[in-house]
Amino acid sequence: MFSAKQLQPAEAANQSISDEPLRPAAEPRVWTVGLLAAAAWLAAAALTDRWPDADDWERTGLLAELMAAIGVGLLLAAAAGGLFGARLTRLRRIGPWLIALAIVLAGWEVATAKLQLLPRPFFAPPQGLLEVFTDDWARLGDSVLHSLILLIGGYVIGAAAGFTTGVLIGWSSAAGYWVHPVLRLVGPLPATAWLPLAFFAFPTSGSASTFLVALATAFPVTVLTWSGVAGVNRAYYDVARTMGAGQRFLVLKVAIPAAMPSVFVGLFMGLGASFSVLVVAEMMGVKAGLGWYLQWAQGWAAYGNMYAALLVMALMCSGLITLLFRLRDRLLSWQKGLVQW
Amino acid sequence: MVAAALAAPETQAGTALVIRDVSHEFDLHGRALPVLDRISLRTEPGEFVALLGPSGCGKSTLLRLVAGLEAPRAGRILVDGAPIAGPDPSRVVVFQDPTLYPWRTVWKNAALGLEARGTVRSQRDRVSEALEMVGLSGFARAYPHQLSGGMAQRAALARALVNDPSLLLLDEPLGKLDSMTRITMQAEIVRLWQRSGFSALLVTHDVEEALLMASRVVVLSDRPAQIKAIVPVDLAYPRHRGDPRLAELRREVLGLLGLEANW
Repeated sequence: MFSAKQLQPAEAANQSISDEPLRPAAEPRVWTVGLLAAAAWLAAAALTDRWPDADDWERTGLLAELMAAIGVGLLLAAAAGGLFGARLTRLRRIGPWLIALAIVLAGWEVATAKLQLLPRPFFAPPQGLLEVFTDDWARLGDSVLHSLILLIGGYVIGAAAGFTTGVLIGWSSAAGYWVHPVLRLVGPLPATAWLPLAFFAFPTSGSASTFLVALATAFPVTVLTWSGVAGVNRAYYDVARTMGAGQRFLVLKVAIPAAMPSVFVGLFMGLGASFSVLVVAEMMGVKAGLGWYLQWAQGWAAYGNMYAALLVMALMCSGLITLLFRLRDRLLSWQKGLVQW
Repeated sequence: MVAAALAAPETQAGTALVIRDVSHEFDLHGRALPVLDRISLRTEPGEFVALLGPSGCGKSTLLRLVAGLEAPRAGRILVDGAPIAGPDPSRVVVFQDPTLYPWRTVWKNAALGLEARGTVRSQRDRVSEALEMVGLSGFARAYPHQLSGGMAQRAALARALVNDPSLLLLDEPLGKLDSMTRITMQAEIVRLWQRSGFSALLVTHDVEEALLMASRVVVLSDRPAQIKAIVPVDLAYPRHRGDPRLAELRREVLGLLGLEANW
């Protein structure tokens, strides 16, 4: 659509007046906020590098280099204008956040490594976290892998079981008669309450934890699938029935698709519940995963490791939620007004 | 086989419908609420009959009974001499709400009946044909929330026509449309009826609509509905709103409904 000339930075476009109306964006050519962000990051880098630490920290140099790299990258992006096209527009939107981040990081650096205003060892400086990632990445990565395997295994089992149960009790009143009272009694019980029982009832702590994660997931998925199926517009069934649809068609092609928005609410709630059970199960039973890493770090008073693990865990959970939202957006693209995550 | 079936246009003659002494009631908080009172009616194959009555008189219930969605408490309904056992694709309903499935495109909504009976693969052309008949060919891939009220009702009509019904049951299908769309679609439904030769049973509370579209108008009383009169509309299609004979008939029908003073 656009010629190379039109996509070039300011100078090139100025050469010809006819190009002007075709320029894709009316944004200013120099990205002021970007320049400010670059300055903030470079200043933070200088501060980190020049101001001597009050104590010995191994990765102060690396931290300063990373900060400087971000600053230089922002400087390039701000100066190069339209060269990056659409990607730069996204960067522009987070500009104010980038400035705030540099300021917070610099403040953190001063309060910990430089002035030691905050009590040690509870407050680690940024380079302390960086050191965990550079030196202990193998153990941290291994923990993430174990957590993911346990979480996904339990979640998939729980979601499948919850979905099936929900459809069954939403559709068949006989199934509802028998399952509903059990669900009412057992469902609200926190999955963690099963922990002592699960660890002796199951042969391994891994299978016990999988069961607990599945249990935590299954309850909200069951309830919301059920209410989704029960709430399907009766007229949808009438329409299909007059056209010769059988029971199978009514369940698979009418009830389930109509219930999907509600099912996804259950899947979100189930995912949230599964995170908390995962951490508890890892702290109490399985000697692996991020929950275990957190506890191990605390045992050694390695608070830097703890913050690093928390950060990784936040990224993992947020990533999984994002993934689920993406899946929903794909499957439920027919809906209007979806919440943006 | 398939090619032959497609080549021969299925100009199926409409269904003859016999409603004999049908009464029906609803259970409302443990009490029986009578809605239909000994309704008897006989329609000829290919006829367009309108059931006209005040709101809530039970005319839609009668339509549900004919569709086979419910069984009458008393009396019999025969289609071409055979009693109704349940819903059948030869008697398709177009409801007041389009009730399109929001998760399906217009094309897939129209294909619903074929898919339910497992014949969508061999009869894909029928879907496109039906969409063309109602003027929605360009919207095959649109989702229901992207359609206007009139377009959605056209899509519902296409979904019904795909089943090649011998009796089309219209349950106030134009009730929620704006007046301009209504006028266009009244003419369109009549045109489709003339072209395809099905029988049609239209439930409406709009006197003019009944007189414009139907060859006979069955006037029903308040609940429980009884047949007050059957008014033959002896006018050729296409009919015109300004026709003096239509005005005369309208006066007669409004009189039957007890609305003469308000005319």
